Amino acid sequence: MATTSNHVRQPDLGTPASPADETVTVEIDGLPVTVPAGSSVMRAARENGVAVPKLCATDSLEAFGSCRLCLVEIEGRKGYPASCTTPVEAGMKIRTQTPALANLRRNVMELYISDHPLDCLTCSANGDCELQDMAGAVGLRDVRYGFDGENHLDAPVDASNPYFQFDASKCIVCSRCVRACDEVQGTFALTIEGRGFESKVSASASEAFIDSECVSCGACVQACPTATLMEKSIVDHGQPDHKVVTTCAYCGVGCSFQAEMKGGQVVRMTPWKDGQANHGHSCVKGRFAWGYASHRDRVLKPMIRNTTSDPWQEVEWDEAVDFAAKRFRAIQEQHGRKSIGGITSSRCTNEEVFVVQKLVRTAMGNNNVDTCARVCHSPTGYGLKQTLGTSAGTQPFDSVMDADVIMVIGANPTAAHPVFASQMKRRLREGAKLIVVDPRQIGLVRSPRIEAELHLPLLPGTNVPVINAITHAVVDMGLVDEDYVRERCDVDSYEAWKAGILRDENSPEHVASFSGVDAGTIRAAAKIYGEAQNAAIYYGLGVTEHSQGSTMVMAMANLAMATGNLGRSGVGVNPLRGQNNVQGSCDMGSFPHELAGYRPVGDDGVRGQFERHWGVSIDPEPGFRIPNMFDAACAGEFRGIYIQGEDVAQSDPNTQHVEAALRSMECVVVQDLFLNETAKFAHVFLPGTSFLEKDGTFINAERRINRVRKVMPPRQGKDEWQITQDLANAMGYPMNYASSAEIMDEIAELTPTFANVSFEFLDEVGSVQWPCNDDAPMGTPVMHVDRFVRGKGLFVETDYVPTEERTNRRFPLLLTTGRILSQYNVGAQTRRTDNTVWYSEDLLEVHPADAEVRGIREGDLVSLRSRKGEIALTATITERVQPGVVYTTFHNPETGANVVTTEYSDWATNCPEYKVTAVEVTPATHRSKWQDRFAEYAKDQEKLAAVAAEDET
Amino acid sequence: MKRVRVFVPRETAAVSVGADEVAIEIARRGKAALGEGRTGVELVRNGSRGASWLEPLVEVETGDGRVAYRNVTPALVHELFDEGFLDGGDHESRLGLADELPWFRDQVRWTFARTGITNPLSVDDYRQHAGFRGLEKAFEIGPAAVLECVKASGLRGRGGAAFPAGIKWQTVAGAEADQKYIACNADEGDSGTFADRLLIEGDPLTLLEGMAIAGFAVGASKGVVYLRSEYPLAEAVLERAVDAARRAGWLGENIGGHGLDFDVEVHLGAGSYVCGEETAMLESLEGKRGIVRSKPPLPALAGLFGKPTVVNNVITLASVPGILADGADAYAALGRGRSTGTLTAQLAGNIRRGGLIEIPFGATLGEIIHDWGGGTASGRPVKAVQVGGPLGAYIPGDALDVPLDYEAFIDAGAMLGHGGIVVFDDSVNMADMARYAFEFCALESCGKCTPCRIGSTRGAELIDRLRNGGDDKAADYDLLVELCDTMEHASLCAMGGMTPYPVQSVLKHFAEDFSPRGVN
Repeated sequence: MATTSNHVRQPDLGTPASPADETVTVEIDGLPVTVPAGSSVMRAARENGVAVPKLCATDSLEAFGSCRLCLVEIEGRKGYPASCTTPVEAGMKIRTQTPALANLRRNVMELYISDHPLDCLTCSANGDCELQDMAGAVGLRDVRYGFDGENHLDAPVDASNPYFQFDASKCIVCSRCVRACDEVQGTFALTIEGRGFESKVSASASEAFIDSECVSCGACVQACPTATLMEKSIVDHGQPDHKVVTTCAYCGVGCSFQAEMKGGQVVRMTPWKDGQANHGHSCVKGRFAWGYASHRDRVLKPMIRNTTSDPWQEVEWDEAVDFAAKRFRAIQEQHGRKSIGGITSSRCTNEEVFVVQKLVRTAMGNNNVDTCARVCHSPTGYGLKQTLGTSAGTQPFDSVMDADVIMVIGANPTAAHPVFASQMKRRLREGAKLIVVDPRQIGLVRSPRIEAELHLPLLPGTNVPVINAITHAVVDMGLVDEDYVRERCDVDSYEAWKAGILRDENSPEHVASFSGVDAGTIRAAAKIYGEAQNAAIYYGLGVTEHSQGSTMVMAMANLAMATGNLGRSGVGVNPLRGQNNVQGSCDMGSFPHELAGYRPVGDDGVRGQFERHWGVSIDPEPGFRIPNMFDAACAGEFRGIYIQGEDVAQSDPNTQHVEAALRSMECVVVQDLFLNETAKFAHVFLPGTSFLEKDGTFINAERRINRVRKVMPPRQGKDEWQITQDLANAMGYPMNYASSAEIMDEIAELTPTFANVSFEFLDEVGSVQWPCNDDAPMGTPVMHVDRFVRGKGLFVETDYVPTEERTNRRFPLLLTTGRILSQYNVGAQTRRTDNTVWYSEDLLEVHPADAEVRGIREGDLVSLRSRKGEIALTATITERVQPGVVYTTFHNPETGANVVTTEYSDWATNCPEYKVTAVEVTPATHRSKWQDRFAEYAKDQEKLAAVAAEDET
Repeated sequence: MKRVRVFVPRETAAVSVGADEVAIEIARRGKAALGEGRTGVELVRNGSRGASWLEPLVEVETGDGRVAYRNVTPALVHELFDEGFLDGGDHESRLGLADELPWFRDQVRWTFARTGITNPLSVDDYRQHAGFRGLEKAFEIGPAAVLECVKASGLRGRGGAAFPAGIKWQTVAGAEADQKYIACNADEGDSGTFADRLLIEGDPLTLLEGMAIAGFAVGASKGVVYLRSEYPLAEAVLERAVDAARRAGWLGENIGGHGLDFDVEVHLGAGSYVCGEETAMLESLEGKRGIVRSKPPLPALAGLFGKPTVVNNVITLASVPGILADGADAYAALGRGRSTGTLTAQLAGNIRRGGLIEIPFGATLGEIIHDWGGGTASGRPVKAVQVGGPLGAYIPGDALDVPLDYEAFIDAGAMLGHGGIVVFDDSVNMADMARYAFEFCALESCGKCTPCRIGSTRGAELIDRLRNGGDDKAADYDLLVELCDTMEHASLCAMGGMTPYPVQSVLKHFAEDFSPRGVN
């Protein structure tokens, strides 16, 4: 597989592959070729090296037949059929080159060029233009019509989008952009306006791209065969000279991209067609928002300081590492072995994560390691492990194409997992039914060509009773797959569970009384889900970030088991994981109670294996979880922390508590790209690497291990695993990896589910889904196929215990938080890109009824107050939220959304209850006190950082 | 009190020359007469018999039959009443018994048997004139026999392509699907054509019956009529006819107690010529931009919303009830060669007697124009005739002996199309007409394929260059010939593929019109 190459343009066979198994043999230019039945003549030819000319055809889109360059002659057929729209038939005799065809093609090309600028030498597509290629291929030498006729050469350039421009004068009206927007992305933002010669591409109703419905996924730019839709980076820098295939570092979809390079500079990121998670599609973040990697805010030199009120001082790597090591050791000497710990990053590679948790368990000698999954999908790990036996989703993304019913619960895929959302929408357009369970009217509920059968707008905090009621109705209606349950599941647990679920408290009627969803809708959802051939559940943090997060995960697993919707394509319980490597960071043993592969640290056998390999004895007692670390810090028992690529001061709940914890520590080591919010409380700053500088692997939401390849050397001079290795060595534990590949080899040796994984193997096969071992040499796309990993599927009773966070007269509204498309998590990356044109500040969504009684108008500054804290932010009035519910995002640190959120958390895993906070909203005239303090502190810290920068100059 | 039935067409052409005003005057006089204790009037708004040149053609029912009066105006109404019009009284506009007028008498009215005769919105009137006998026959013989009957009749698509209707139906019938559709193409956009409109305004129930028979034969429960928006009167009539048929139980569930579920919806186009192309029409019906689909798949297998769909023209479907009722043999006995049955020829342009006639295939174009049409309206010699719409070839006035039959026309380098015949006298410059073909295409092309989208504009420009004396006339002439060839052979659909036909015919027959010097 060409993952590093000088051939930047990806191969294009013209039309999509035929899924047929049977084959057909035809004759092309006298040579017999055998292809899958249903293939187009064009694809049959191109697969066999016969390059039939084409312009409107591309293999990511259905054949269209408009450019008329791919005409061929077929024996026994009159005229000149288009090879893209003509399927092969057995025995067909096709000629792709004849004098008549040559004439027709040249004459058609002559028409194209009669309405096209002749500025090839100064054109941004020069060297990568299919129109130019085809003019050459057909031998166009003259445009006999001249250039005085009607034309579009004066059509304006729309440069409104920050990342690409639309130069209408170069458009050949092939509709590839329109079709890509429809078929690939599913947004339907583009159309061809007008008829005949006046036909032209139009965004929405003749709007500028930036004002249109366009979501900047880049599919149109990718599809454009000319310079019409072109990345501004290419306009500025010219064509790339080589490419390196790697994996996006944003969400858990894990899209494969080719980084297109000019020397050491990235000039474009384009989605890789062979990427098994994204199949050549992308979103605005992965496709365009990579400029943060070279943002001026990047810190490239290690820095230290004695106290957080001292200026930062740039030092060499050795000095910074020694400084940290000495402080950690000093703390341990005074406060004991367990007084320090570390947090691994879900943005980093598995190899980088693995060495951090290894450092904690060896050099630090305790299990005080946790990861940001604590605050997102820890209930997924727990709940799916209890019921099914594996702490991960059950399906590959492609499985959705076999689903007949899709139930989306507490997730907003079009915003947070856009590339998978496009695939899901494709399936929905094919006719699968959609049920949305969400307090808000998310985009999927109604969008072009998509309409949910049902939307259950439940009140935040009532997930468990609603899913219990759906399940109650499924059982009640006799929709349980009894054979499946008897064969595959633990029958005793089923019987006990069934008796419980049928209790009146789980009836739709009872649940309707407090959940905001009427009984009829609950029953209708149960019927649709229960009667489906293949029903699949997709869920996000709206499920997990509750005090009953783990209960809800198990409740969904119960429903899926009861209806037999596990163990084949098209079904499953599928977490849409937030960060690029959150699955991997969990797999790597980042939890205080588990070693790599989710094996308990308390298990002597497991621990023994690691102890032998690592040459240390490992503490059998689990360490602190992140919230425990903060509590212990405030209590003076936990005094040093090594934080890898994680911004707890912004992302974790109850910011003021987190800040207090950080302030009380003696050694906070932050390893990151930027001086983030947490770094403002740090003593040591170790500059990290962006994904473009990493060599390693990420694991996406479908357990797919994707390679991350170094497209440029680390800008700060050191691989991140090397930094951790240096710190371990400085603390007295020897680590001597020569490459990240060696780290993966160790992971594979110590982790049964990764046994057959190596960089070499991944480079050969592209990617693989774990478990990947001798039982499953090519990996495991669908889990639990013949039996559950735990043996028999376990039904766990899921009684509803409401959160203690309640509304009252002082705090009558419920705040729930989430994400939007253009920004990512704490925004450290996306805020440092042009994505800010779409969302420059966190907004509070308020229902018109709630706004009316409070005298709040669109765009007003409002105070958002909870029992934990108060912030001020801008209100937007919308019916996306229901009355009584407000919504905001936490992308901007100065907003401080998590000042308001509480520390209530999941009973099993401590995952914080970000999704339910009782609040009041009132008009405001100024920032909150916390925001004032924040601004002041941020200004002070900037000054202290500026000192380090001065040193440099 | 006695009332005499008076027929005043409510048909677009008649209305355009005052039929509504005439009707009002007649009603007014009739009411007054009634008040005075004399014979009153029962006004019937029938369709047009097709003799547009006689409109408003008013008929009075007498003991001898319906007496016709030509070109009646509101002012004339009073004269007529004064002359005993309600008794068929004499007047210079009186034509005599309508059925005995040669123009009507000599036609073979198969598809238009009721048009102009009945009240288009009366199911009872329709039944009294043999309406729904075709559908009843269909119920009697079953779907398979219906398919056989339509095949045996030799009925071919009247939209222009002349594809055998029975074969198309058979394909749809044989396709497995949870839903099938009957899509009636009433986007009658060809210049000089109005047969669809005349039928819908005059006898819409025939169309609905034909669609129901098609639905029964192929297993489709839904029908749609795609009607051009320029036909507001036709829309009003058709919508009311659908209502009337539903109320009478001829549309809807379990029609006639025979278990047939079939209903019809009317959709309006949005003024695009190319939406008359069947696949563009399907796109438009789906709510999308009306652009041509590539084939395969055939609409018969993957048509409306991807389901098997019969797409037929109005006249095709409206011919079916008669075929079922009177038998395939009776229909097949008419016509010439593979063109069986009747042709509804529409005479327009510079013609003395414009309108629609229905006659068996086989008469020559010259007979139609001179015998039926009476030659040009201007009295000048016929220079050219365009048959089959704006993309049809121009036939020179001295070559009109071509028989009306699909194959004969193809042999003559022309096409019969939807039967529209537009006559030009010798004052026309044919290079203008060739340019017009390109202009029309440039305006109406869906813009999908390149030869049609760009070629049409370049063609018009090239003709201008030729006529304005470009530098290299011979080269431009060759380029024009080559452009025609490119459009004909490389276009995606018939729109671009046939745009060269009128141009090529002008190049062939009227090259001298391109410039005073001429080329060739």
